[in-house]
Amino acid sequence: MSARIEWRVATLAEFRNETATARTLLLDVPGWPGHLAGQHVDVRLTDADGYSTQRSYSLGAPADGERVELTVQKVPGGEVSEYLTDVYSIGDPIELRGPVGGWFVWHPSRTAPVLLVAGGSGIVPLMAMVRARRQARSRAPFRLIYSVRSPADQYFSSELRRSAVDDSGLDVTTVYTRSAPPGATREPGRIGGADLERYGWPPQFEPTCFVCGPTGFVEKVANTLVGLGHDPRRIRTERFGPTGG
Amino acid sequence: MPPGQYLTEDFPVLSAGPTPNIPLDRWEFVIASEDGREYRWTWDELLELPAEEPTVDIHCVTKWSKLETTWRGVSLDVLMEDVETTADFALAHSYGGYTTNLPLEDLLDGKAWIVYEFEGSELAPQHGGPARLLVPHLYFWKSAKWVRGIQLQEFDELGFWESVGYHDYGDPWREQRYQGD
Ligand SMILES: Cc1cc2nc3c(=O)[nH]c(=O)nc-3n(C[C@H](O)[C@H](O)[C@H](O)COP(=O)(O)OP(=O)(O)OC[C@H]3O[C@@H](n4cnc5c(N)ncnc54)[C@H](O)[C@@H]3O)c2cc1C
Repeated sequence: MSARIEWRVATLAEFRNETATARTLLLDVPGWPGHLAGQHVDVRLTDADGYSTQRSYSLGAPADGERVELTVQKVPGGEVSEYLTDVYSIGDPIELRGPVGGWFVWHPSRTAPVLLVAGGSGIVPLMAMVRARRQARSRAPFRLIYSVRSPADQYFSSELRRSAVDDSGLDVTTVYTRSAPPGATREPGRIGGADLERYGWPPQFEPTCFVCGPTGFVEKVANTLVGLGHDPRRIRTERFGPTGG
Repeated sequence: MPPGQYLTEDFPVLSAGPTPNIPLDRWEFVIASEDGREYRWTWDELLELPAEEPTVDIHCVTKWSKLETTWRGVSLDVLMEDVETTADFALAHSYGGYTTNLPLEDLLDGKAWIVYEFEGSELAPQHGGPARLLVPHLYFWKSAKWVRGIQLQEFDELGFWESVGYHDYGDPWREQRYQGD
């Protein structure tokens, strides 16, 4: 039996607002053992009366020594996400345990083509894969399809714009569901088979597909990929929850 | 409530891949004993077995719990009635390739069912339909969705989530989420 994954105290070192409702947290975690792209952590909040609650958050970047990065989408009325995006401040402690999950991961040693499909905050673990690829100077062919409501809802916008140019072998497509920026060629609308065919890989290329986002989004995209002929065994999914988040 | 869990009214979904589509005319459920004997049921045969309607609390390792859920299905005690075995362990197999391991005793004595209805309606594919294992006293990943069979064996073989870091047994009351807990 392996060693228990211990709770560690993390402190907020820096933060960045990604959108009006999403915040990236840079946390210092003494003793952090390192992690793979796609893994997540459990976060535990405890109040003065001893009541505590836990949620899972994906690691958004490869570890930088003892510093890890999470991006949290504020869910209206959400117990933990509202705290982490609105109240949690520089120097404050939280408890964190991880890394967790050994299935929804991408290893930089892999060379097979990869299709990443993100809905909303589902971009977080997929961004970790894009960043791990860049860090390892991997040339594995990557395509990222990122579905967001509108340009204002996009996380990591400037980095993704730069990556699309600088990271050779990485294609980035943003699909807007409600409103597209001026000049966009695709009408706003939910992601469908035509998008996955056009901006993804043909099934004959045998890509590994990582799909992450709200449950309904993941169900739909994974089923559509199967319908297009992708082998279900090459489709890995991570479902974040009911609607958004 | 078990430690670290919170209540939800929704029914979240945890799966490693796409939801498989299983035609009922090709569906079957197989219990294989450690000496290779197989006990098989077609969909119609399963529905003819005496059914129970357990009302149980369920606890997912991703932290949500849902109280007093009602199901309809066949107790493993009924399915195991004629199975001759001295095995201590079971490995549940699913359509789509998923597996999960449990001690056989956790499937017996009214603790586990093969269920095909949830809250009075047929079990939706994303929640494991046409039929899933229901073992509510363990974390919900042990309640294999799209179940197709159970292999009985004398040794404990790790299943899918168990081999990527999740706990071998998964008791929510002892918060056995990950290996080593
Ligand atoms: C493996 C995994 C990784 C995750 N990674 C991330 C991540 O990187 N970034 C991130 O922001 N979230 C992530 N989540 C979701 C996160 O764990 C929480 O579910 C989310 O932050 C909501 O928690 P809360 O306490 O704020 O809301 P709660 O208090 O739990 O819920 C408040 C209300 O919002 C609804 N609700 C709950 N969850 C969601 C949701 N996801 N979307 C919309 N409505 C919801 C509930 O039904 C309830 O009505 C991940 C989840 C999993 C399982």
